[in-house]
Amino acid sequence: MKLTKGAVVEGGTSLNYKTGNWRDQRPEIDPEVCNQCGKCREVCPDDAVRQTDDRYEIDYDFCKGCGICAYECKAEAIQILPEEK
Amino acid sequence: MGNIKVVEGSEAVALAVKACRPHVISAYPISPQTHIVESLARMAADGEIDAEYVRVESEFSAASVLAGAAAAGSRSYTASSSQGLLLMTEVLYASAGMRLPFVITGVNRSISAPINIQVDHQDSMSLRDAGLIQFYVESVQEAYDMHLAAFKIAEDPGIMLPVMVCMDGWVLTHSYERVQFVEQQAVDDFLPPFAPEHYLDPAKPKTWGSYAESDAMMEFKYAIHKAMTAGKPRIQVILDEVSALTGRDNSGLVEAYRTDGAEIILVAIGSVTGTVKDAVDELRDAGKKVGLLKIRCFRPFPHEEIWQAVKDATIIAVMDASFSMGSEGSIGLDLKAKLFGRPQAPMVVDFVAGLGGREINTRTVHRLVARAEEIHRSGEVLPESEWIDLDTTIVS
Repeated sequence: MKLTKGAVVEGGTSLNYKTGNWRDQRPEIDPEVCNQCGKCREVCPDDAVRQTDDRYEIDYDFCKGCGICAYECKAEAIQILPEEK
Repeated sequence: MGNIKVVEGSEAVALAVKACRPHVISAYPISPQTHIVESLARMAADGEIDAEYVRVESEFSAASVLAGAAAAGSRSYTASSSQGLLLMTEVLYASAGMRLPFVITGVNRSISAPINIQVDHQDSMSLRDAGLIQFYVESVQEAYDMHLAAFKIAEDPGIMLPVMVCMDGWVLTHSYERVQFVEQQAVDDFLPPFAPEHYLDPAKPKTWGSYAESDAMMEFKYAIHKAMTAGKPRIQVILDEVSALTGRDNSGLVEAYRTDGAEIILVAIGSVTGTVKDAVDELRDAGKKVGLLKIRCFRPFPHEEIWQAVKDATIIAVMDASFSMGSEGSIGLDLKAKLFGRPQAPMVVDFVAGLGGREINTRTVHRLVARAEEIHRSGEVLPESEWIDLDTTIVS
């Protein structure tokens, strides 16, 4: 593939780079405890928290396991567990 | 052909930029660049140009505004000097890498410390590796002419790089000269609107300068170098077009002055070349075979053109108004690198002259030529550049 002048590429290419495999610990949301305040999605630096119809979920393709969501979660619904591969 | 007026050098540059119809101008004032951007700001405020003039808090921001404007498909312009140019450095490397064309007037001024506002070439020479095309001009008229060429060269689809037109601070920016202007219609015919292949568009998002790993970084960097070197014929064509437009010959990447049969060839850039031409005339009158090679285009470095002009000489005396600390003068370094290994290459003697506005007059050039001859006769290989008129008694 020829390189483009100035490394100009189509937008949204970050989606092609699954950065979740950098993770060495994983957050897990307990839906029973979660009060759906949305704070975790707000603070996630990688925009890796998704809101579905009835819950919040971590997108493990992009979550790097920084733990900010768990730190900020007032309901203490997020646990940080060691990543096992 | 357009009208003739006596104008300040800065005004001539502002009028050239105006004639090129920029969309975006962004600058932060610094002496001796100030009058150029003041003129353009006034033109924008008075509605004489249809450009957005973006006031910024630093040169870093000015260069960043230009990068964004160029990515959006706007013809854009700035000017700066000295520390201001250095503050742009990071953005200029990035802009060259993203192949964003815009034009900068590099108004040459020395670099602190100690603080000094007079002319030398350390500022623009410190940017020579960034991927900018660089021109150095001798006169106000040449500054006007080269700014017309600059936008077309920058925006050439095969080049797509920022272009810096370097002009000596004060000596050119603040002196009044007779300038012949080109009619607006002729400039419009010469310079079509900027129409880049890629431009920022919210409907079709794109990324400039996206991530390159070790498998592609070398290729991206080589592409910039290639745009410059392979772009030389295009630069040449555009300089020819400008020469036809103006009726003045600014067509060479170098300009050879009385180099035919010359044994000693001085190599210089910028406004000092006018003084050197006078000194060459005096030396020729005295029977000395001396000539001048003025380098108009410093990046890409026109080593083939230089070789053709100097190959029959015995000595090349380089006049460098900038210095790579711990090594040599900037032009000397390039010239030696490109001549080394050529059979029968002339001896290159590198002189450092004119730092911080130190006067260079015709007598300085006479002394320099005499010293070059002396070095040549002695067969001595100088361990380092020779600093002309250096008062060693006060060096601590």
